[in-house]
Order: sequence, then C-alpha cells, then structure tokens
Amino acid sequence: MNNVIVLPLVIPIFTAVVLVFLRNVAAQRIMAFITMLAVSIISFILLELVQREGILKIEFGGWEAPFGILFVADTFSVLMVLTASIVTMLCMLYAFSTVEKRHENMFFYSFILLLVAGVNGAFLTGDIFNLFVCFEVMLMASYVLVALGGEKVQLRESIKYVLINVVGSSIFLIALAYLYGTVKTLNMAHIAERVAEVGQDPMLTTVSLVLLLVFSLKAGLVLFFWLPGSYVVPPAAVQALFAALLTKVGVYALIRTFTLMFPHRPEVTHTIIGVFAGLTIILGCLGALSSRNVLRIAAYNIVIAVGFILIGLAVGTEIALAGAIFYLVHDMVAKALLFLLVGMMLYLTGEKLIDYMSGLIRNYPLFGWIYFLAMLALVGIPPLSGFVGKVLIGKGAIEAGSYILLFLGFASSLVVLFSLLKIFLSSFFGESIITNEDKKPFPAASMASLVAFSLCIVGIGIGAEKLLVYVLDAANTLVDPSVYINAVLRES
Amino acid sequence: MEQVMMIFIGILVSVATYLILSRNMIRVIIGTAVLSHAVNLLIITVGGLKTGNVPLLGHGEEPFTDALPQALILTAIVISFATTAFLLALAYRTYKTNGSDDFHELRGMPDE
Repeated sequence: MNNVIVLPLVIPIFTAVVLVFLRNVAAQRIMAFITMLAVSIISFILLELVQREGILKIEFGGWEAPFGILFVADTFSVLMVLTASIVTMLCMLYAFSTVEKRHENMFFYSFILLLVAGVNGAFLTGDIFNLFVCFEVMLMASYVLVALGGEKVQLRESIKYVLINVVGSSIFLIALAYLYGTVKTLNMAHIAERVAEVGQDPMLTTVSLVLLLVFSLKAGLVLFFWLPGSYVVPPAAVQALFAALLTKVGVYALIRTFTLMFPHRPEVTHTIIGVFAGLTIILGCLGALSSRNVLRIAAYNIVIAVGFILIGLAVGTEIALAGAIFYLVHDMVAKALLFLLVGMMLYLTGEKLIDYMSGLIRNYPLFGWIYFLAMLALVGIPPLSGFVGKVLIGKGAIEAGSYILLFLGFASSLVVLFSLLKIFLSSFFGESIITNEDKKPFPAASMASLVAFSLCIVGIGIGAEKLLVYVLDAANTLVDPSVYINAVLRES
Repeated sequence: MEQVMMIFIGILVSVATYLILSRNMIRVIIGTAVLSHAVNLLIITVGGLKTGNVPLLGHGEEPFTDALPQALILTAIVISFATTAFLLALAYRTYKTNGSDDFHELRGMPDE
C-alpha cells in the first residue's frame, strides 16, 4: 500500500514521456489534464492514509532506512503535493485556451508534467541528495519553460535564470559534501538524529547556513534579484505555475531543514532567517510600490509572501508553523490565481502598464470581480483563504515576542492591498477604453480555471476548520522531529 | 593527501569565480563547468581518500572504501553535463537572437 507514495512522481514522468511521442495537440491536452486529475486524487487518498496510519515511507530497492533512498509522506509534504497538483491542473486548464500553438507543438505539456514531477519529488523525498536531484529535475523543466518560445527578451532573461540556478546548485552540492563529511549520512531523519546526538557544533551550523543560502536563492528570500526579471517572460500559465510552485519548494526545503535537521541553534539560524524575512518583506514592498507594470507588481507580491511565510519559521512555535503551512497552501492557490488574472489582462489589452488599461470591469464583469476576490484573499480579509494563516502567524509572533516581525508582516498586508488596489482602480475602474467591436472574446477554458481557483480560495477560507486539522497535525510533526525520525528509522 | 586536494579545489573554485564574474557569456559557462568539477572533487575528498578494499562482501578484508561519494559524484556529473549542454545551446540562441554575448548589453531596458 505504501507504493502509493511514489505515484505523484512516477505518473507525471510516465505521461511526459508518452506525450513526447503523441503529437496530436488535443490528445496531449486531454492526457495531461487527466494525469494531473489522477495525481490530485491520489494525493488526496494519500493524505487520508497518512492521517489514519501516521507517517508512511517507501524504501526503494528494499535498502533499509539509513542506507537507501526513500520517500517519506508526512502530512506537511502530502498537503504540499496535493495543493501543487490541484494548482497545476487548473493552470493547465487555463493554458488550453491561451498558450500558443507553437508552444504546444514543442512539448509544452511534457515539460509542465516534468516540472510537477520534480516538485512532487522534492516534497516527498526523505533523502537530502535526492532532494538535490528532484530540484534539478524541476529546474531543468523550468529552464525549458522560461526559454520556450525563443523571443528576444525570453532568451535574455532565461540565460541569467539558468546561470544563477546552476551556481546555486553547485553551492548546494558544496553544502552536501560538507554535511556528508561531518555526519556521514544523507538520510534526513538520520542526519537529524546524528546532529542531535553530537550537538549542533559550529561546523554543522555553518553547513546549515550554506543550505540556508541555497534555499533562500530558490525561495526568493532576500536573494530574489533574479525573480522579477525571469518570472515575467514566459506565458501566463507558466508564470502562474512558477509563482505557485518553484519558490514554494524552496520555502518547503527551508522549513524542513530548520525544523527537522538543524533546530538546535535557533539563536543563530532562526535569528538569521528572521532578519532575512524582515528584509525580504521590506524590499519586496518597495518593489511592489515602485512599479507600474502589472507583471512586476505581481512578481514582487511573491517576494512579500515568501518573507511573510518565513516569519512563521523564524518564530518557530507550533502555532506559527501551523500558520506558515496554512499560508503556504493559501499562497500557492492565490498567487497562481493572481498571475493568471494579470496574464489575462495582458492578453485582453495587450498592455503591461496600468496607465494604459482602464474600465476592464465594464467589459468583463465576472473577470473584474474575480480579481477583486483574489485581492481580498491576498490581503487576508475573512472569510477568504489568507485570513487564518495571517492570524496564526501573528498569534505565534506575539507568543514568542517577535514584535518587529509582527509589525513588518502586517504592514506588508497594507502594501499588498495598496499595490493590488492600484491595479484595480486604474485598470478595472474608470472609463472603458475597449469598444464593443474590438473587444476580445473571453476564452471559456480560462474562465473555467479562474472560477475554479476562486472557488478554491473561498473554499479554503470557509472550510478552514477542516483544513486546520491537517495543518495542525503537520505542524505537530514539525515541532517534534522525533515523530518523523522514529517513523523513518525505527518502524519497518 | 586531503590537504593537497583541498588546495587544488580552492584553486579551481577561485578560477571558476573569476570566470563567472566576467562579462563574456562563454567564459561564464566555462566557469560554471569548472565550478562543478571543483565541487565533485570536494565531495570525494570530504568523503575520505583513505585506501581500502572494494566494498563487496567476500572480496578481501576490511577496511572498505566508502563507495557513496562516487555514486553522488556520478549523479552530479550527469546533471552538470546536462545543464552545461543546455546552457551552451541556450547561449547560442541568445547570441543569435540578441546579437551579443556580452552580459552588459543583455541587461534589458529599465521600463520593460
């Protein structure tokens, strides 16, 4: 039964390979969509299974726990897999009507599936070298997706994106080399155990800081200089996927590393994470305020959210971690929706700057209201999805007495509101500049995807009580690493 | 032996850093390749260069050599090979389309 754990990785890879040979676009769309639907259902079943039977693991090739590679499914990772799969499925629905034919002919869906495979693998793996490999699978697919289309600006930005990530991967390997040299194991639970045994000496803390640097680069924590440039060049559906998945994998890795493996020196590591989170929020806010380009405003909103989630990790209490997980789930859905909406504005008007768009809500009323809903969710207005996460992180920060982070976090909500309201007032309100004759018809599949996303954010907000059961269970495992360690190393 | 290796790795890393910080695209790519070699050497050095028997049961006596670093390096080499190949193809296309391989000219317009 534990074999289910590997399916969210295997199914997308298998379909991706099949799609390379299947050149009929309609068949490709149907196959890709059904695959993601299947993965979503499987992840949901897996989530229920983990709830019932505790943490599950699968050891590949029968090599027992500290020696072989293994996948571990705890509530946190399965929750991430489930959200990622649903978001991908809905982004694909959006892509059907907006992505150009020449993209689809160039294995567009194959690469999206490979990207998802890498992301799911990174969430599920219990071996830190395997985490590196899954990162590479994910990044390789993302390199292709950034450059696919071959436009001037895409190529220019993609080469920077690839170079930064290649250097980042090398630094990741350096950290792994020193980690292996010090603790002589790569199994995350085993590392956690040995680090706890020998005490987290300065050498190990340094290794953990190198890992912090690498994951910060991937998550866009302080080191986000590459993000606004490269996230705005691919098609809207890909942007939404990147916004929802790639940075969040980095955040997941950070949370995993500093709750499971290196939680023993919070005065060093967690303080640095806190400072990084605060800086990220401030710099992200400055970026969001200064720009009049809708894509850049949305990109800086990712950065702000990453900073906000990591307040939860920096504070480190159970409530704060639960808030971070809840907010992570919310942010994956809401950021994907924001990017899809912004991409749709671009598609409908052909403009990027908010000054050249006006009165969209008159032409497309439902579209305008969905934007309004997404904005409220991102700001954290109850009963939408952002509210509970913000409350929990705030509560944790008050408990731990981190008032500066608390202030920055909630002040950033106002900046998010301001930056999104700026788009809303100048582009959706006002005189309509599109006449009925040259009004582009709204693509039906995209509208279906946008409506489904808005149902998700309303659902997460109203059904918060149900989701919170899973989130609290996940946070509980994060606070007490021995649960995870025992499940991986002791039981068989 | 480990000390000598570490000095060599240090030299490789400094060469790689120098190349990566240059403006020319091909030099930067070669820099990343050199960096990945340095990292591979680092993995095998940190894993321990001590000599021992092949880690197979029934083939000689202990101590065995730790085989895991070599498996890690094998994976890392494959990955860095793939990324370098992709980077070279991408660099060629970027050069063709943008008409420049100088990163200063690829900065982009501030209003984009």
